[in-house]
Amino acid sequence: MRGLSAFNIVSLTLGFAFLYIPMVILVVYSFNESKLVTVWAGFSTKWYGEVVRNEAFLDAAWVTVRVAFFSATVATVLGTMAAYAMMRRGAFVGRTLFSGMIYAPLVMPEVITGLSLLLLFIAIGLDRGVLTIVLAHTTFAMCYVSVVVSSRLVSFDRSLEEAALDLGCTPLQAFTSVTLPIIAPAVIAGWLLAFTLSLDDLVIASFTAGPSATTLPIKIFSSVRLGVSPEINALSTIIIGIVTVGVLVASVLSKRQITRRQREAVDG
Amino acid sequence: MLRLFTAIPYVWLLILFLVPFAIVTKISLSDYAISIPPYTPTLDLSEGWAGLRGFFAALDVENFVFLTEDDLYWKAYLSSVQIALVSTVLTLGVGFPIAYAMSRAPEAWRPALMMLVILPFWTSFLIRVYAWIGILANEGFLNQFMLWTGLIAEPLQILNTTTAVYIGIVYTYLPFMILPIYASLDRMDPSLLEAAEDLGCSRLTAFWHVTWPLARPGVIAGCFLVFIPTVGEFVIPSLLGGSDTLMIGKVLWEEFFSNRDWPVASAVAIILLLILVIPIVLFQRHETRQRERGG
Repeated sequence: MRGLSAFNIVSLTLGFAFLYIPMVILVVYSFNESKLVTVWAGFSTKWYGEVVRNEAFLDAAWVTVRVAFFSATVATVLGTMAAYAMMRRGAFVGRTLFSGMIYAPLVMPEVITGLSLLLLFIAIGLDRGVLTIVLAHTTFAMCYVSVVVSSRLVSFDRSLEEAALDLGCTPLQAFTSVTLPIIAPAVIAGWLLAFTLSLDDLVIASFTAGPSATTLPIKIFSSVRLGVSPEINALSTIIIGIVTVGVLVASVLSKRQITRRQREAVDG
Repeated sequence: MLRLFTAIPYVWLLILFLVPFAIVTKISLSDYAISIPPYTPTLDLSEGWAGLRGFFAALDVENFVFLTEDDLYWKAYLSSVQIALVSTVLTLGVGFPIAYAMSRAPEAWRPALMMLVILPFWTSFLIRVYAWIGILANEGFLNQFMLWTGLIAEPLQILNTTTAVYIGIVYTYLPFMILPIYASLDRMDPSLLEAAEDLGCSRLTAFWHVTWPLARPGVIAGCFLVFIPTVGEFVIPSLLGGSDTLMIGKVLWEEFFSNRDWPVASAVAIILLLILVIPIVLFQRHETRQRERGG
């Protein structure tokens, strides 16, 4: 190990400065007394009070969380099924189409996905609201889940499943009692990814949301279009804080699980 | 059981992914109408065969002809592809040194560095784009800073220009470039480089003959991951771009929400999809090949 050269240190410093300075500025200025976002006028938490008292934000946040919870849950079930089926089945009719439909939504421009789903909902006469956003988010999130779960299934030792089958398990029992516990970390990671993608989505939600259901990104976008406001800075800081804590907790938990498994492997 | 595991997601994707595209195609061939829904003809199965025949007879490629006649659209397509290409190259330029340095960093640091790259990716896309408005505005932090250092005499117009769009894209898509490159460099054995240097290679030739071939799959994946979604990007051009920043995602959005011309919006979507089919297929083949090779 030669250690880091000066060039590498400079790239890392500049790179992470680029990634983090905008967010740091955003967070710092959310505590600004002044209504003018770029002029510092003393420390204040009044904008957080404004956010918490803003009924429209709270309503939208509640819709967003519900949508994310339901779509992530359904997407995790569907995505795990799809990943397992793709990994365990050889050739079957329509396999290419299936794998195409799993990969395409990952790179499909959101405006196209949003538009096409909206036109579907109108064609079948489904009223736009929470349900339509959940259906839309589930569809693209299940593809992400399926990719995350497949990458875990690739390194999975198939003989464990075969042993379970030999010992008299039905395929479903083998899946639930052998496969699922082993791939559980990937399934959980998939759920978290689906949940965040749904929380984050503006474009697809804008197409599929009706007047009865507005999500937080839609709300933020419409006020951001009018310019920077300290209230949005405060709201953004709250969101950044929640995400940071969530990601850190998830990574500590998964690291602990990995060390535990390594220890078990050594002991056993 | 495997049949069931295939069938349920399959049917879901057929209904919510494939059928919607058929509907978009159909509406792109329809005519604009002042009604609800705002297009004609609508399929009326109650009239049986005659209804179905009349329905197909009423479809035409008028909207696509319209797209080729109006300068706005092909200019928007062209400039979207151009902006996406330039941003991909810029993101590669910024991302590669970071990914390379991460893969050279001491083993103990790497998980933390990974975490630092992934964290912004989990944070709201919208918020990360929004953060730049305050920085790039005329009275924003960047201009204040440059005025203070005496680098410029009066504020530069950066927000609402294509430059701001480039900055926004590089910033938000950077993790998509860093992670695949880092993943392919991480597996590299540093003794390979030492061997190359022992055998008389200069650092640059060693990089070119050893590091680059190993990094290439990651670079290709990263470029696709940045290029494809950027072509249809909407949020960044509408928040950071100006009136001269033409991007097709924004055109589609306005056609749909402001002009309420659903048939033209659908035609715009179909052409955008046709443009992206080639890179999407290439990307899938690249990924499949890498998976088969990597096991």
